[in-house]
Amino acid sequence: MEIILSIAIGVMTTCGVWLLLRPRTYQVIIGLSLLSYAVNLFIFGVGGVKTNVPPILDEVGSAAHLADPVPQALVLTAIVIGFATTALFLVVLLASRGLTGTDHVDGRSDRK
Amino acid sequence: MLPFVGSLASVFMLATKSRAVPSALAGVVAFIGVVLTVSLYPAIAGGDVLKLDVAWVPQLGLNFTLRLDGFAWLFAVLIFGIGFLVVLYARYYMSEDDPVPRFFSFFLAFMGAMLGIVLSGNVILLSVFWEMTSIFSFLLISYWHGNAGARDGARMALTVTGIGGFCLLIGLLILGNIVGSYDLDKILVSGEAIRAHTLYVPALVFILLGALTKSAQFPFHFWLPNAMAAPTPVSAFLHSATMVKAGVFLLARLSPALSGSYEWFVLLGAAGIITLLLGAYFAMFQQDLKGLLAYSTISHLGLITTLLSLGSPLATVAAIFHMVNHATFKASLFMAAGIIDHETGTRDMRRLSGLYRYLPVTGTLAMVASAAMAGVPLLNGFLSKEMFFAEAVETHADSILDRILPYVATLAGAFSVAYSLRFIHTVFFGPKSNDLPKPSPHEPPRWMRFPIEFLVVVCLIVGIVPSLSIGPFLHTAVVSVLGDATPDYSLAIWHGVNTPLIMSVIALVGGSALYVVLGKYLSRCDDGPPVFRRLRGQRIFERILVEVSWHWARLAERRLGTRKLQPQLRWVVATGFLAGLLPLYLSGFETRPFVLSGVDPVFAGLWLIGICLAIGTAYLAKYHRLASLIMLGGVGLIVCISFLWLSAPDLAMTQLLVEIITTVLILLGLRWLPKRSELVDEQITFRARFRRFRDLALAVACGIGMTFISYAVMTTPVPDAIASYFLQNAYVQGGGRNVVNVILVDFRGFDTLGEITVLGVVALTVFALLRRFRPAAEAMAMPEQQRIQNRFDEERPERSAGDTVRDYMLVPSVIMQWLFPIIITFAVYIFMRGHDLPGGGFSAGLTLSIAFLLQYLAGGTRWAEDRIRILPVRWMGAGLVISTLTGMGAWFLGYPFLTSHFQYAEIPLLGKIPMASALLFDLGVFMLVVGSTVLILVALAHQSIRINRLRVVEAEKAKES
Repeated sequence: MEIILSIAIGVMTTCGVWLLLRPRTYQVIIGLSLLSYAVNLFIFGVGGVKTNVPPILDEVGSAAHLADPVPQALVLTAIVIGFATTALFLVVLLASRGLTGTDHVDGRSDRK
Repeated sequence: MLPFVGSLASVFMLATKSRAVPSALAGVVAFIGVVLTVSLYPAIAGGDVLKLDVAWVPQLGLNFTLRLDGFAWLFAVLIFGIGFLVVLYARYYMSEDDPVPRFFSFFLAFMGAMLGIVLSGNVILLSVFWEMTSIFSFLLISYWHGNAGARDGARMALTVTGIGGFCLLIGLLILGNIVGSYDLDKILVSGEAIRAHTLYVPALVFILLGALTKSAQFPFHFWLPNAMAAPTPVSAFLHSATMVKAGVFLLARLSPALSGSYEWFVLLGAAGIITLLLGAYFAMFQQDLKGLLAYSTISHLGLITTLLSLGSPLATVAAIFHMVNHATFKASLFMAAGIIDHETGTRDMRRLSGLYRYLPVTGTLAMVASAAMAGVPLLNGFLSKEMFFAEAVETHADSILDRILPYVATLAGAFSVAYSLRFIHTVFFGPKSNDLPKPSPHEPPRWMRFPIEFLVVVCLIVGIVPSLSIGPFLHTAVVSVLGDATPDYSLAIWHGVNTPLIMSVIALVGGSALYVVLGKYLSRCDDGPPVFRRLRGQRIFERILVEVSWHWARLAERRLGTRKLQPQLRWVVATGFLAGLLPLYLSGFETRPFVLSGVDPVFAGLWLIGICLAIGTAYLAKYHRLASLIMLGGVGLIVCISFLWLSAPDLAMTQLLVEIITTVLILLGLRWLPKRSELVDEQITFRARFRRFRDLALAVACGIGMTFISYAVMTTPVPDAIASYFLQNAYVQGGGRNVVNVILVDFRGFDTLGEITVLGVVALTVFALLRRFRPAAEAMAMPEQQRIQNRFDEERPERSAGDTVRDYMLVPSVIMQWLFPIIITFAVYIFMRGHDLPGGGFSAGLTLSIAFLLQYLAGGTRWAEDRIRILPVRWMGAGLVISTLTGMGAWFLGYPFLTSHFQYAEIPLLGKIPMASALLFDLGVFMLVVGSTVLILVALAHQSIRINRLRVVEAEKAKES
């Protein structure tokens, strides 16, 4: 399981970074989303990879074998904040496009 | 301390209009200072040192040490005494219109800082006070800040002395390191060790830079004449007794530790001799009274510096003596110049003439003072100048400097006679002047003249009976500097006919002759000396400033900075990659066995699709935005499934909901992005190809790095740290079974509160940004699809515009409308169960906003808003208030902020429901999330309506033009 997740994180990071370095604002926003998936998964993975033991306590039984709730709480926060930054960036993107007439990240196209 | 208290006190009087109160306060402060200092004399007369030691930063060897010895005492008396006289003078000099309390506030603060320099027993403390004098002198010089000259002069003084102060600090730090202590006493006794040390020369150079800039020595002399834009009392105080004396004071103070080496003599001697000669030469050709005095000050400071450079005990005696003498006669001359300026309205010597008939008393006083400046016998200036001549003749360190010194000294003496004569002769004698700005000058008030009278009397007393008046005090001061090396010296006026006397006579006669010869030319020539008139230090200084702060900065910005985002991001990414790599590289990478077992093929297959989707997203993001967005959503869903798979139902739920909203949001935004440009030429240049390859390499490197790190992290056994605490205490202390939710609303509730605040801020920012949103010109037109549909509708008489869309959406919109109550119920359900099972305020809030969103999608913005009124900002406000109040509620029960309380309540119909106060907190989270999300979505959706209005406005504009 770990190896799959690691490769997935790696690929998403690659795609995210690549898009981040592109000149179009839309590419950058998509790249940021991809990158945030990768980072969220990574933080989540820090707590170890366990299946079928959600951190929900039942009436009896020990809690020790359950999945680590701390990274989960962190990632939950990160998802919501990621949404907020995406929204903000989208609006900045639109405003910049409206003001400059181009969707280049610098507000003006450079030579090819 | 007293002056600082006084300074603060006069700050509180800023509003007063009167001149009397602040000046009285300043006068009292200075007078008490004089009395206190004088009363301390018996304690130090025997060569003892008074010390006050307060630990300040003992770890760094910094103590707040004040020490008072004979030399410091002499200076303290000068500072307080002349300070008092200047305050008295300023009382009459300052006009009613100036903010007088501010003047006295700065003045007293400066006095305190100067006193601090004199009294510091710790060199770091000294440096601190040193900087303070620079700052307060800046404030004083720029007192008339409406005047550009004052601002420039003040800025220049601050720049030069500030740089000097910094050099001084470096020098003192080196010195302190050599000695091993910053204590002045320890430094003074370890002169041998210091001079033998390899770091002696750097320390010396830095300290000299500090002292020479402060004392306006060549080549840093240019700031002093420009500082003459200050009010005259400031000049009288700063440039006679204090500011510029700080430099030579420091040199004298440290001379036991530093002097005696060849470097000391050459560096200091060269600066001093050049300054002495140039200053005197420049002074002759000034047309401004204060300019003349400023250059003469520079020249006299050069004299003192030269004396100190010689390093012999007798020269030090002469230097200290001349410091005192110069302070007395120069302060009185500045004040006299101020009176002339005040009474006639000008300081230009070409216009001033024959003032003796108007100002007989002031004229007489000025004559005596300038005679002292010229070194006429029976006045104090004569005595110290004689001592200087005597020392100049002696050979100290055989070199060219030493050999030319007698001639230079005589020449400078002659110059000083010439400019003193000129000062008196042009201003007070000659024909009556007719073009004065104020036609009928008269004697100033009695007490405005008093300071000058007092100082001139001092000049006379010291000049006539030196050994009875200044003798003992001077002796105490000299002993405290030189210690056992104090030489025998005589303060008598008459030493018989010897070389110094002959030099004096030559200087007096030569100077007078010079004035007679040059007199005609001087009364007509331009400001500044011939030849050097064009070459002005000020110009060079400004050129350098412009060069450094403008050209170099621009160059650095051009070379190192960029306004483009891409290179910046590239650097960020590369730095991030290196930052990740470095620790691994340094500490070695532990290889891990590669385990393929335990891989679920379904999970692998899932991520195979995920990887393809991610690559597809990246590939299509440029030209196929919609496809790319759909693929991105696919990746999001797979991430969501992974969360579910790996025991994180809460995350999966939130991820799913956020995914929906983000996708809708970006869909709404897509409409405003430009179409694909058909004109892009297909050939890709080599540069672009290289750029892409480089970015790809960077991205792949980051990806591989992340893969390795993630694998390493995930296969590391998790240390049993904090997780088990939460797992064990979630139910016992938080009253919830869903540990993630309990962490969010209880254990880490404060974080969550911060987070929802951020969310609210973002929503409001988005709203604010969109209010002024203007789409690009080509996005103003109706979308193509809408146009086609409308045309279709218009062509048929039985249809009205918009029918087609409505037909298309008929079935979905009915379903969406029916879903509305169901989703709301679902949201409530998710919310209520959140504490025990996956769910909670975040997911419930997102769910509810999706319910609203669907109504917008189903019927369009107008339709939805006709039926439901959502007030997102109120939701947000209420949510934030509820969360905060819940947290604060704990205070009333005596618990810290956000402590939660819980119990199970039996509610009819619903059964047993956990009722923790955290639920209330979660309610706040829920409401805020609803409000923010809806606000963002609605603000974006409204743009389509706004654009209709904008279109109308644009059309009208076009019609008008």
